[in-house]
Amino acid sequence: MSKYLNFIAEKNQVKYLIITIAFIIFSFFWIYPLLWVLSASFKTDFEIWGGLGLIPDRLVWENFERAWFGANMGRYFFNTLIITVVSVIIVVVTTGMFGYVIGRYSFPGKKILIGILIGTIFIPQGYTIIPVFDLLNNLNISKNLIGLTLATAGHTPVIYILLFAGYFSRVPVELEEAAKMDGAGFVRTFISIMLPLTKPVVATVSILQVLHAWNDFLLPVVITLGNPDIRTLSVGVYAFKGEYFVDWSGMAAASVITILPIIILFLFMQKYFVEGVQGAVKG
Amino acid sequence: MNKKSLSKQIYDARWCYVFVLPCLILTGMFVIYPIGMSWYFSLLDWSGFTKEAKFIGLQNYYEAVNDEFFWDAFIRSFIFMFGTVPVKIVLGFIIAVFLNNQVLKLAPFFRTVIFMPVVTAIAIIGIVMTFVFSPFNGPANKFLMSTNLTSAPIDFLGNPDTVLPTVMGVYVWKWLGITMMYWLAALQTVPQDVYDAAKIDGAEGYRLWIHIILPIVLPFAIVIILVEAVGALNVFPLIETMTAGGPFFSSEVMEIYIFRTAFVTDSGTMPRLGYACAAGVFWGVAVLFITVLQGLWMRRTRRI
Repeated sequence: MSKYLNFIAEKNQVKYLIITIAFIIFSFFWIYPLLWVLSASFKTDFEIWGGLGLIPDRLVWENFERAWFGANMGRYFFNTLIITVVSVIIVVVTTGMFGYVIGRYSFPGKKILIGILIGTIFIPQGYTIIPVFDLLNNLNISKNLIGLTLATAGHTPVIYILLFAGYFSRVPVELEEAAKMDGAGFVRTFISIMLPLTKPVVATVSILQVLHAWNDFLLPVVITLGNPDIRTLSVGVYAFKGEYFVDWSGMAAASVITILPIIILFLFMQKYFVEGVQGAVKG
Repeated sequence: MNKKSLSKQIYDARWCYVFVLPCLILTGMFVIYPIGMSWYFSLLDWSGFTKEAKFIGLQNYYEAVNDEFFWDAFIRSFIFMFGTVPVKIVLGFIIAVFLNNQVLKLAPFFRTVIFMPVVTAIAIIGIVMTFVFSPFNGPANKFLMSTNLTSAPIDFLGNPDTVLPTVMGVYVWKWLGITMMYWLAALQTVPQDVYDAAKIDGAEGYRLWIHIILPIVLPFAIVIILVEAVGALNVFPLIETMTAGGPFFSSEVMEIYIFRTAFVTDSGTMPRLGYACAAGVFWGVAVLFITVLQGLWMRRTRRI
C-alpha cells in the first residue's frame, strides 16, 4: 500500500533533475554549519578564520586532546553517558509499567491519573526549574549525579506513556489468558509475555530519552554550573566558552565530542527517531 | 451490571496501582510538586540561598507587572512565536510535499540532512552559531562579502536590530526537521485511492491541493500548530548560549528573564528566587491560557 503522491513524473526528466539539483544545493547550505564545526575541530585557530573551505591543511588532533583532557570534556562525557543510560533505564521501566496498566486495564481512579498526566504536557521547563533545584538541595542530592539523573528521568514523559499504552492495548487478550492458565501472575505476565513484545516501543522511547538526556541544557546548567565535577557535555562546552574564550579550535573539538555520538546514533537508528517524533502528532 | 463494591474493585486492581506508582512518584517529585511550590515561592521575598524567607503576599507580582523589562521579555516571547511558527509550518509543508515523492530517489538522503540539526545538542548549536555569525571573519559574513551581497560585515548578534531575527532564523533551522516529519506523517495518511480518484475526476495542480489534500491534513495542521507554538515559547538554551539575552536585553525572552532574576548575579544584585517564581507563574499561566484556547479551537475544528 503506497501512499505517495508522485507529482514529479518519471517521464519528465528535466523537472526531476531541476528539483534534485535544487535540493542538493539546499542540503549543502543546510548542513554547512555542522560541516564547518567538524572541519574547524581539525584546524588551527589561524586556519578557522582564514577561509570558507572545509578541508583542513593538516589534521590537528591536538585540539581534541586539549578539549578531552585540558577542558575536562572526558569527564563530562562520562557524566553525560551515565546520566543518559541510567535515565533511559528508569524511564523505560516506569513508563512501560504505567503504559501497560493504562493500556490494558480499567480500575478506579484511572481517568484521574490520565487527566493529571495530560495536564502536565505543556508545562514549560522554566516553570518548574526553581523548585526542582530547591528539592534536590533539600534531599542533599544536588551535588552528585543521582539528583541530576533522577530529575532528567522525571521530566514529563507523557508521550512515552501514550506510545506504550497504545501498543499494549493492541496485544491480543489470548496471550494473557494463556499465561494465566500456566499460572503466571500479574508481574510475571508483564515481564515474560508482554515486555518482550514491545521491543519497537522500547527502542523508540529509549531513543527519545537519549536525545532528551544527552542534549538537555536548562536543568544541568542550573544544577551543575557551580559544581564542575558533575557537569554534562553541553554545560561543559558552555563553560569552556566562558573560561577559554580564545581557544576556538579547542571549543570546536569539544562541540564535536558532544554532538557526534548522537548524530551517529541517529544515522543508524533513524527509523526509531522518526517513529518517536511522528508519534506526537499521530496520537 | 457491575455489582462489585469499590473496595473489591480496588483490591482486584492492586497490581495496577503498584505498576503506576514508580512513574507517579517521579512525576510527582519533578513536575507536580514543583508546580505547586513555585506558586508558594512566588509569595516570598527569598534569595534562594539562605533559609530566611519573608512572606510578602502578592508584592512580587505587583513588582513584575510594573517592570518594563518583564513586559518587554513577555512581548518578545510572542514576537518570537509569531515570527517562527508560520515560517516553520509553511516551509516544512513545502519540503514534505517534495520529499513525499517516491520518484525522488534522493528523498531519504535529503530527509536525513534536514533532520540533522534536530538531533544536535541545542547548546552546542547556540555556541557554534556565535562563530558562524561572528562579525570578525565568521563564515556567514565571509560568504556575504565574497558574493558581494554586502560590503561591510554585519554584526548579526551584536546589533539590537538584527539579533532577534538572527536567533529566530537559527531556531527555524534547528527545528524544521521536526515540522517536516510531522507533515510527512500527515501526508502519509492520505489514501492512495483519494489521489487516484481525484486524478480521474480531472482535479490537478492547485485544485487537487485545495479541495482534496488540504481538508484531509487540516486536523493534523492544528495539532502541529499547537505543538509548535508551545515549543517556540521554550527557547532558553538557544538564546542563552547565543546571546544570553543581549545586547542590551534586546533578545531577552521570558525564560531568559526568569533565569536572570533567579540565578545570575553578574550585575552585583542578589538573586531573587521568589521574584523569579512570580514571573514564572505569570508566564506559566499565560502559556496555559494559550494552550487551552488552542485546544478548544482544535476540538471545534475536529468536530466539523
